[in-house]
Amino acid sequence: MIGIGLGFKWFIFVVMALTAVGASIIMVTRKNPIHSALWLIVTFFSIAVLYVTLNATFIAVAQVMVYAGAVMMLVIFVIMLIHLEWGARLGHKKSFPKLIGSIITIILFLQILAGVYTYSNTGQHGIYTAQKLAEIGNTRAVGTVLYGKYAFAFEIASILLLVGIVGAVLLARKRKEQER
Amino acid sequence: MLPEIPQDLYYLLSAVLFTIGAIGVITRRNAIVIFMCIELMLNAVNLSFITSGNFLNSLDGTIFVIFIMAVAAAEAAVGLAIFVLIFRLKGTVHVDEVNLLKG
Amino acid sequence: MDALIPASEFRWIVPEMILTGFGLVLLIMGCLTRGPVASKISGVLCIAGSLFALIFTVKMWGMNLDIFNQLYTIDNFGTFFKSLFLAILILVALVSLRYADREEIGGGEYYALLMFGVLGMMVMTSSHHFVTIFIGLEVMSLAIYVLCGLLRSELASVEAALKYFLLGAFATGFLLYGMSMIYGSTGLIDVVDLKKYFLMKQPFSATMFIIGLGFLLVGFGFKIASVPFHMWTPDVYQGAPTSITAYMATGVKAAAFGALIRVFFTAFIPFQFGWSEIIWVLAVLTMTVGNITALVQRDVKRILAYSSIAHAGYILVAFITGDRGEASSMLYYLMAYSFMNIGAFTAVIVVQRKGDNTSDLDSFAGLGARHPFIALCMSVFLLSLAGVPPLAGFMGKFYVFSTAVKAQYYWLAIIGFLNSVVAAYYYLRVMMYMYFREPIGEAAGAVDRAPQYGLVMLICMWALLHMGIFPRTFIVMAQKAVGIFG
Repeated sequence: MIGIGLGFKWFIFVVMALTAVGASIIMVTRKNPIHSALWLIVTFFSIAVLYVTLNATFIAVAQVMVYAGAVMMLVIFVIMLIHLEWGARLGHKKSFPKLIGSIITIILFLQILAGVYTYSNTGQHGIYTAQKLAEIGNTRAVGTVLYGKYAFAFEIASILLLVGIVGAVLLARKRKEQER
Repeated sequence: MLPEIPQDLYYLLSAVLFTIGAIGVITRRNAIVIFMCIELMLNAVNLSFITSGNFLNSLDGTIFVIFIMAVAAAEAAVGLAIFVLIFRLKGTVHVDEVNLLKG
Repeated sequence: MDALIPASEFRWIVPEMILTGFGLVLLIMGCLTRGPVASKISGVLCIAGSLFALIFTVKMWGMNLDIFNQLYTIDNFGTFFKSLFLAILILVALVSLRYADREEIGGGEYYALLMFGVLGMMVMTSSHHFVTIFIGLEVMSLAIYVLCGLLRSELASVEAALKYFLLGAFATGFLLYGMSMIYGSTGLIDVVDLKKYFLMKQPFSATMFIIGLGFLLVGFGFKIASVPFHMWTPDVYQGAPTSITAYMATGVKAAAFGALIRVFFTAFIPFQFGWSEIIWVLAVLTMTVGNITALVQRDVKRILAYSSIAHAGYILVAFITGDRGEASSMLYYLMAYSFMNIGAFTAVIVVQRKGDNTSDLDSFAGLGARHPFIALCMSVFLLSLAGVPPLAGFMGKFYVFSTAVKAQYYWLAIIGFLNSVVAAYYYLRVMMYMYFREPIGEAAGAVDRAPQYGLVMLICMWALLHMGIFPRTFIVMAQKAVGIFG
């Protein structure tokens, strides 16, 4: 995001951050899973825009394609496939473990806040400054590192995807009794 | 004159999204919604990785996010297959009976 | 410019490549053929592949090098765990030769997923880079989510898969957030780099880092089933096919502990003040909750599930001390624990009937009179789990608790000892059912006898006796394995 006024950057950040938080809150509270899914896509889009403000253009595109495109497509597809009876049984049961769990989560959040509050940018700095990334191109830089240093992890990730595909087919295919 | 957007704000946003996702996982009963909340948590993590990577001038965070995305996609495939399977058996994907928080 | 991978480095990952290759062949076989014969052949191929891989792994003992741009490591610690996983894989595949056919879950894909799961474990324990650890963990977890739900017409099995999947993905979120905070505060995602970074006393955001460590512990705590992240264990262990339960109870736990020990003992020992007290509480809770809840269970698989929680607590006792030399006690314990559990679950498989995934205590009644060999094997495994000398379980407990005493955690050792006394009750209860109860109903005589089960139980029994009576070799091996932390 070099070459764009700071005021505009702040404007984008504030709008997108608020959209992300708002949409995710709506997502969690909707009763109909389809609505949840659509609001989650809104969140994903606003996070993708935030990636652009962080000089991560490649990830921004990947975010839209992988999350909003592939993963959420799959989710919506499954929701359609199994006709969720979202009207029925919506009474909220108050349960003790859930309450405790939520409280613990809030405590965790406060801890993170403490971490953020005392944060200082002192870690080990790398070589990929914003200027350098803009020079060689974000996608090119990411590709060089991914297929250079991280090639081994990339290979293992291919096994991961294979396991995912095989597993999904193995679980979801019809049983033998139904085939007969 | 405005300052650059401090990274604290990005971390804060990430923490907020993570918490919303975590509370959703704990309180919701529909397995698919729970799964979506987990995706939201992973996105919060991604945001925090990208923020760190940007302000530390390092690409390791970006690479990590790519792998997290790959994992999320594979998890989605397996998870949704499990949902379809449980729907075939029970006719519902509510997790009341499964009760995630009880041993 | 980052270097690409030199081709010569591939010879260090021959075991992984063998596993992958055999896994792919099995997948293709699974597409082309069906039926019991194909399933048997797949099983035999799986065992053969694991044996090959085991041979190549053992040959790497003593090697110590980083390959693939520090993403992967060949060292004794990794080799120790890799051999353990391959041994587990061979035993589970042997059991499955019969069990998978009986429950009609066999076939190429089943064995391929077993192999890929072990591949994930191997990757996870032999890397000090967060990216590789995470990818390995996910390969393992995904394979196991699927394997849990393989009894597709049984609700308990599918629910186990659902529960494990949702909570597993949830825990992964915490693990990743922890890694991201460590990355954010130090700029590093490699444990060895982190160690150097701390040694050079470079600045970093301490609060965020410590919180990141906490989140990392939550993620790993889930995989090792420590309280309060143990909720999934009993249901998942009970619902999953029993061969997979044996695989999960041993492989996943060993892999998670392997990665946890490597990550924490390499870099985070300087922060022991931050985590030792938390884990102290967790260890005590884990032991106690696991043992107390096991007392009231009636299903043997559930008893073993709670006992596995308790065992995670015993291992954590040695983890707390942060004593890098004595970390070998955990490795020894994990090895002993794996053989005890595979043996015990095999005995459960023998007693279970086709299509019935439960294992009530009553089905063990009178086993001593009807099938003395099976009852004897089960008794050995239970006594070893209870920690009776001269079996490996005793040596493991002794070693772990003496580590705690050496590091002056007296209370912890005492609580651990009291816990193992309590635990003896429910192990002995199963034995009492086997020897002093009359068989109930039509259960009499209905056990699934097959040479594979006998072989697996004999191997486990031999391993337990050998490790218990002559522990020296194994302890030296474990000590060499943790030499890398020195």
